[in-house]
Amino acid sequence: MKVGVLALQGAVAEHIKMIELAGAEAVAVKRVEQLDALEGIIVPGGESTTISKLINKYDFFNALIQFSNQKKPIFGTCAGLIILAKEINGTTENHLALMDIKVERNSFGRQKESFEVDLEVKGISDHFRAVFIRAPHIIEGKKNVEVLSVHEDKIVAARQGHLLATAFHPELTDDPSMHHYFIKMVKEYRG
Amino acid sequence: MVEVGTSRVKRGMAEMQKGGVIMDVVNAEQAKIAEEAGAVAVMALERVPADIRADGGVARMADPTIIEEVIAAVSIPVMAKARIGHFVEARILESLGVDYIDESEVLTPADEVYHIDKNVFTVPFVNGARDLGEALRRIGEGSSMVRTKGEPGTGNVVEAVKHMRTMMGQIRKVQGMSKDELMTEAKNLGAPYELLLYVHEKGKLPVVNFAAGGISTPADAALMMQLGAEGVFVGSGIFKSDNPEKFAKAIVEATTHYGDYELMAKLSKGLGNPMKGIEISSLNESERMAKRGW
Repeated sequence: MKVGVLALQGAVAEHIKMIELAGAEAVAVKRVEQLDALEGIIVPGGESTTISKLINKYDFFNALIQFSNQKKPIFGTCAGLIILAKEINGTTENHLALMDIKVERNSFGRQKESFEVDLEVKGISDHFRAVFIRAPHIIEGKKNVEVLSVHEDKIVAARQGHLLATAFHPELTDDPSMHHYFIKMVKEYRG
Repeated sequence: MVEVGTSRVKRGMAEMQKGGVIMDVVNAEQAKIAEEAGAVAVMALERVPADIRADGGVARMADPTIIEEVIAAVSIPVMAKARIGHFVEARILESLGVDYIDESEVLTPADEVYHIDKNVFTVPFVNGARDLGEALRRIGEGSSMVRTKGEPGTGNVVEAVKHMRTMMGQIRKVQGMSKDELMTEAKNLGAPYELLLYVHEKGKLPVVNFAAGGISTPADAALMMQLGAEGVFVGSGIFKSDNPEKFAKAIVEATTHYGDYELMAKLSKGLGNPMKGIEISSLNESERMAKRGW
């Protein structure tokens, strides 16, 4: 089973390592043609404005929406969460607009306020080490969005069917349980 | 318990910049152009290295007004430079909310013996290095990201190439050594033993490694990526070129697709002139910024 990591910019190698730890084959995706061979994809952390511009530039926009329409799972971490969201607070712009969530960018402050903390993530872990770096959060989600984790009253992990998103970086720890969960989702949707 | 300023949080910030381009800007307008072109961060400063070189005199931390103006203008991270050893400038930059501090040889060093103890800061630091020993000494002091020094403000990539080749060659050598050779190598390189052990085991630095100092074309950026850089800093190369918007975009794309020569040929067409540049051998020894720091 092949799972991709969108490799336009950001923390690609860390996700690849985690996918492999979780028992699947990982592919760094730089071209749309690579998507066909994949069962799921991770949109990594990085700079959301940069990743988004490169998504448009290299025709990933429609290709990723089609990928999602086929119910192939997508996992967005940090910048990836912003890219999946339908609504971004304070702007009319959005990116792939796949997930029924409204998000706030940089909602925990600048880099000096970035932090790590143990979190309960529903169905995954009761003490997951979550690393937040200039992180966003989910202000609200529609009914079909399941909240998986909350920190300081802010939603920081959620799932909507085949879509998974975290405000933190599970790829920066040694704990592959978030990736295990995603690989399990990929298997479920493989049908 | 919530923990801020851990090495995972500080180094992780640099991980998010990988595959990207960090651009020098001197005002809000340039910062917006950089963000629009796809920069992953901007470096806010008063003068780009080429102008610092031309103007002479002592180069210091930028006026906080410029830094605040840039922070207000963009949503991407903002970095700023402090002088080598000037921990008060660094504290001021931290208080302004800068996301990363570059303890930079582009500015005039404030201390001829010691670098800043970066471990005690919450904000992360990036430092320049010419070889593996220098990189590991900075990491030992708490630096969370390394870049080649190159020769800033020259538009000439030759020194950055030399530094990256030196560092990558040394990493390969250390990786291939037997463990009982490492302490002597640590002594020879002037590097902390534990960090050298990490390099031996993993075949890489414990932090992200970017290229900087003289990168001025899309091909330069791709060259540095192929030599092992995980991203690039472009200082004078963007806003000293004929067409900053075009150069900025082309360098971003070349950094992402550094192995795609057809794309780069397309990107390089009709760009206009890059910054003029300086032949390194025409510089006096005292004008060499790379020799600042140790």
